[in-house]
Amino acid sequence: MTVAEEAKGGGLEFHPMDQFLVKPLFGGDAVHWYTVTNVTLWMAIAVLAIAALMVLGTSGRAIVPNRVQSIAELFYGFVYKMVEDVTGKDGVKYFPYIMTLFVFIFFSNFLGLIPMSFTTTSHIAVTAVLAIAVFLTVTILGFVKNGAGFLSLFWVSAAPLALRPILAVIEIISYFVRPVSHSIRLAGNMMAGHAVLKVFAGFAAIAAISPVSVLAVVAIYGLEVLVSAIQAYVFTILTCVYLKDALHPHH
Amino acid sequence: MATETHGAEESASGLPQLDFSTFPNQIFWLVVTLIVIYLILSRVALPRIASVLAERQGAITNDIAAAEELKQKAAEAEAAYEKALADARAEAGRIAAEAKAEMQAEVDAAVQKADAEIAARTAEGEARIAEIRDGAATAVNQVAKDTAEAVAAALGVDVDRAALEAAVDERTKG
Repeated sequence: MTVAEEAKGGGLEFHPMDQFLVKPLFGGDAVHWYTVTNVTLWMAIAVLAIAALMVLGTSGRAIVPNRVQSIAELFYGFVYKMVEDVTGKDGVKYFPYIMTLFVFIFFSNFLGLIPMSFTTTSHIAVTAVLAIAVFLTVTILGFVKNGAGFLSLFWVSAAPLALRPILAVIEIISYFVRPVSHSIRLAGNMMAGHAVLKVFAGFAAIAAISPVSVLAVVAIYGLEVLVSAIQAYVFTILTCVYLKDALHPHH
Repeated sequence: MATETHGAEESASGLPQLDFSTFPNQIFWLVVTLIVIYLILSRVALPRIASVLAERQGAITNDIAAAEELKQKAAEAEAAYEKALADARAEAGRIAAEAKAEMQAEVDAAVQKADAEIAARTAEGEARIAEIRDGAATAVNQVAKDTAEAVAAALGVDVDRAALEAAVDERTKG
């Protein structure tokens, strides 16, 4: 069930994709929908970490916050300001949903950077559900809030009349591509980074190039830390942008 | 169905991400996770952080207002102090002037008194000098008369006392 067979050669064994395997946690082979797997484990760890930061960390309710509470407030302020700036004042009531998305992706990305861990956000199944949820919510919300007026999103009134039908086609295509790019961007980034880490780590088996390999792993790891935060930010801000389109479809 | 079996086959050689047999599992746990996170955040964490931030904002606003008030009070106190200082200076000046005037009056009075006394003494002295002078003149007159009588007696001239006196008076007058 591994990809090891392909990568054999010169005594080197690469298993860069093994880290992404979904495995039952308590033995057995079959992965049913209810099976407790490593997905469950790492999502549960993410939930615990989030609860530790956002609930335990703020339990002091201090006017002058301690370090953990400062971080929790930083998260809150960061996402709140993002929602307010991008979506506008009327988008603030969707803030808890966007905050949920952000902290889940952020913590999953960073927990995935722990060696031997499992990165839930590297799976297209996870990111696709997130992206489709955003897409459906935004689309339904757009029609509920604006009725047929939501369709004016595709009718670029700033363009010359002759161009508008062509633009409308392009706009509609781009609209339906959104969930695809939205999900693949996140999963692809996480998967690629972790796979590259594993490949470089595999080279460490050769004594001659192992120092280079270790340095490369360190460098890529630093890059991945950056990517983890940026991808969580990108996913969230795009959600805000889509939400803004739903609330204010007029260009 | 067809895609699912295809995915399962592919997983043997391809990406674990495309192993569709694990999708229901991941999706199920993802939905559970998201609901739990949403409940934790919306029920506990976010209201708490919002209240803390609001409280802090309120405290900062209050503190700034209090600081403004204290600053105002300090300015008032400084003004009061300046005023008290100016008042005290004026009072001191006034007292000094008063004392000076009083002393001047006293000095003037003393000088006046001394002048009066000096004048009195002078007058007294002058009176006494005049008296002495008068006395001397009288004495000279008397001596002149007595001498004239004695001279006349010695010469053997019998002179009338009254005529002699008149003649002496005549001579010593001028």
